[in-house]
Amino acid sequence: MKIDPLLKQTCEWLRGTGPNSDIVMSSRVRLARNLEKRPFSHWATKKQEKESLEILEGALHHLEMMKGSLTVRMSEIDDVDRQFLLERHLISREHMVSPDYKSAAIGDKEIICVMINEEDHIRMQVLQSGFNLQECWRMASRLDDSLHKKIQFAFSLERGYLTACPTNTGTGLRASVMLHLPALVMTKQINRVLQAITKLGMTARGLYGEGTDAEGNFFQISNQVTLGSAEEDIIDNLERIIRQVIGHEENARKTLMKQNREVLQDKICRANGTLRNAHIINTKEMMGLLSMVRLGVDMGVITDIDRRAVNELFILTQPAHLQKIEGRILSSAQRDVKRANLIRRRLEGR
Amino acid sequence: MMCDECGKNKATVHLTEIINEQITKLNLCESCAKEKGSDVEQHFGIADLLSALSDVGQTTPGETIPPSKNKCPGCGMAYEDFKKIGRLGCSECYTTFKQSLLPLLKRIHGSNQHMGKSPDPGMVKEQKVSTKLFTDLESAKIDLQKAVKNEEFEEAAALRDKIKFLEKKLKENKV
Repeated sequence: MKIDPLLKQTCEWLRGTGPNSDIVMSSRVRLARNLEKRPFSHWATKKQEKESLEILEGALHHLEMMKGSLTVRMSEIDDVDRQFLLERHLISREHMVSPDYKSAAIGDKEIICVMINEEDHIRMQVLQSGFNLQECWRMASRLDDSLHKKIQFAFSLERGYLTACPTNTGTGLRASVMLHLPALVMTKQINRVLQAITKLGMTARGLYGEGTDAEGNFFQISNQVTLGSAEEDIIDNLERIIRQVIGHEENARKTLMKQNREVLQDKICRANGTLRNAHIINTKEMMGLLSMVRLGVDMGVITDIDRRAVNELFILTQPAHLQKIEGRILSSAQRDVKRANLIRRRLEGR
Repeated sequence: MMCDECGKNKATVHLTEIINEQITKLNLCESCAKEKGSDVEQHFGIADLLSALSDVGQTTPGETIPPSKNKCPGCGMAYEDFKKIGRLGCSECYTTFKQSLLPLLKRIHGSNQHMGKSPDPGMVKEQKVSTKLFTDLESAKIDLQKAVKNEEFEEAAALRDKIKFLEKKLKENKV
């Protein structure tokens, strides 16, 4: 019940606006912080976890930047609701398991979200549509400053912000960009691109982060190193690499259009036709076809739908979203039918 | 993907076996994988990687680092615990296990010296005021609950006024 208002609104990151939004779905900056002199969440006793939760919920509640936010305790919502927040990229997979004393403070436009008692006491994220890392960083840093006025973070001059896992120590910063790269996949250049990215100290993952497939030709690219460079330099580095990847994808799209126009149009239009006529469709098939439709919209092959509508479909058709829309638990087979219905309706503009 | 064995949980262990050119794929959840036998039980996570990285530091000739034997005074974690779970217990662990952590951080990040943002020292004074107001407010709220429960209504009324006052103060201090 508590999270139902979210169902009625579009997450900011799906709006399909902002720089390079034909290729960049969203940009995200997350900062990891911990309370001083308190054991990290995983090592804390239940009582300590509860105290950290109360301190942080209270501190966040008084921040101007969190005005109008929704604070959700993970233990007070059910599995479907938690999965729903995960599908919207508001919480992590780790935040879903053992939900006691964990909560999420979600900003009114879902741009800001703060997870409390995840791997670190505080994981604050800023998530925006399009290629917008600088803006994300500025906002995250402002939020960080205002929270710091209320509480003391675990920090050392030599090691920076101290985190539970040494892979986040220092800046505690993870900047990531969600890219839609269908042309690089179709021209079989994607592995080369991903390998190069990894060599430069960046990581590439699927739509739902660690350990997920690149379904729908979505790739999340993020910095790996958090210690030894300033935040601005980490972001600048990532931006330069992303700009290169965007350039490669643009070239691949042009080449496809030039050399294989008929084949490409056939793929896009068949995907569009299937989605507008299917009565049963599973997530995997949908992700592949919707990716082609998104490409069709971006390249002007499909003109009767806009990017935002397609972006929304990627999320609305995920299992927990379908169940929230229907207001009841659905089996996998029932979901496949509801999913196909929803897609048909939306693509016809209904 | 659901577990092939129980069909209830999400499959997180994926096995591909090739025997006599026959390919068998098995998708299991963690608990079914455990039941299936120890050979499929090994779940390779960040702890394994970190422990591999810290071990290198102890075996490279000329760079032997004795593992810290002490437990962290802040949280009671031993370095062995960290190697097992891949996460530290509290911020003080960074000082307790400094000797082992410095080379590990260097291996992960290529550096062990922070170059980024620091909490603004100018904020500390303001923060102290805010923090005090905030903790006072939290304890007043707890006291109020107790007072109501014990039907000490005079006390409760006084606490209610105190809470109002503190909330107003905190609002003025708002950022």
